Amino acid sequence: MSLLEAFLRRQRRQPSGSSAAIARERLQIIVTHQRAGQNDPGYIPAMKQDILEVIRKYVHVGEEHVNINFENHDDVSILELNVTLPEDRAMDVDVS
Amino acid sequence: MARIIVVTSGKGGVGKTTTSAALSTGLARHGYKTVVVDFDIGLRNLDLVMGCERRVVYDFINVINGEAGLNQALIKDKNTDNLFILPASQTRDKDALTPEGVDKVLTALSEEFDYIVCDSPAGIERGALMALYHADEAIITTNPEVSSVRDSDRILGILHSKSKRAEQNLEPIREHLLLTRYDANRVARDEMLDVKDVEDILAIPLLGVIPEDTDVLKASNQGIPVINIPESNAGLAYDDAVKRLLGEQCPMRFLDVPRKGIFQRLFGGQS
Ligand SMILES: Nc1ncnc2c1ncn2[C@@H]1O[C@H](COP(=O)(O)OP(=O)(O)OP(=O)(O)O)[C@@H](O)[C@H]1O
Ligand SMILES: [Mg+2]
Repeated sequence: MSLLEAFLRRQRRQPSGSSAAIARERLQIIVTHQRAGQNDPGYIPAMKQDILEVIRKYVHVGEEHVNINFENHDDVSILELNVTLPEDRAMDVDVS
Repeated sequence: MARIIVVTSGKGGVGKTTTSAALSTGLARHGYKTVVVDFDIGLRNLDLVMGCERRVVYDFINVINGEAGLNQALIKDKNTDNLFILPASQTRDKDALTPEGVDKVLTALSEEFDYIVCDSPAGIERGALMALYHADEAIITTNPEVSSVRDSDRILGILHSKSKRAEQNLEPIREHLLLTRYDANRVARDEMLDVKDVEDILAIPLLGVIPEDTDVLKASNQGIPVINIPESNAGLAYDDAVKRLLGEQCPMRFLDVPRKGIFQRLFGGQS
């Protein structure tokens, strides 16, 4: 590759708008996500749905506000549940 | 004791069979007694790429079921010494590929051969799992494309958890990245992921880069592994990959756009 070519290529890469750059960025996210979920027990997605439904009886939250993390260490497994509550915490759901 | 190499990818159509044919031919040409085994039950095409489809009498499943001996099913390659093919069956049901059966056949082959190359089917189902289970080395065949890289990463996860070496806590499988159908022109135009991108994401050592090459189709039309087509770029790149697999150092080729001569630059349109 000539110097000029290398330079032009670098230029094109900077704005990260090229299709290769987009592919690269998407892949980084996809792969990180995939690796994180690799050792999850199979019931995690269903459990997430159930938990979401329970929470929704009291607070309006979307799927994106519930984060479930499963970590496997040598002799313990940790299940971490993070719910981001909306700004307005007032419950507008009738709890009877 | 043979060394068992699986050629795998997750995604279909990325060049596993082309690679299995080329690498096994290359290993045999280096003097190693090599067998290439087709794990793609029901959709066999290794025999077509190797040009031995008319000599298939018995297959892998026949041997597993005890309907034929290994020596009856193995096909000796007609162009390359030291090279044998164990074809998959065309019609039988995939469940015939049992773990015990595969274990039995690979153990028997192990005693006769230096290298066993396993051509995996696409996907992450039984056939693919059987093909990778016994591997000592894995050739992760990948195209510079989002879905192929994602699937390769998935297969790496499976190698780490479902292979024999993983299950039995043995020394891990040696993993190699083989980037195929690489188009240097498109990479230069920033339309295609480059080697570095894929290496960074998958984080395994690079065995080789096989360029997109029309000779691959010509070779498969004739039933000749592309490594046997003289002067073909893909063939030369496979030659290099075999050398690296055997521990030789050689520089990567075909990564850059070929320099054009003055006439081409003046008169040649796009490439
Ligand atoms: N370097 C290359 N240049 C051009 N064409 C190629 C190259 N490598 C493979 N191909 C073509 O891509 C197609 C798929 O190749 P191949 O059958 O080897 O893939 P595969 O991974 O074994 O597919 P499957 O998952 O169906 O088993 C074929 O038509 C082949 O000729
Ligand atoms: Mg194939």
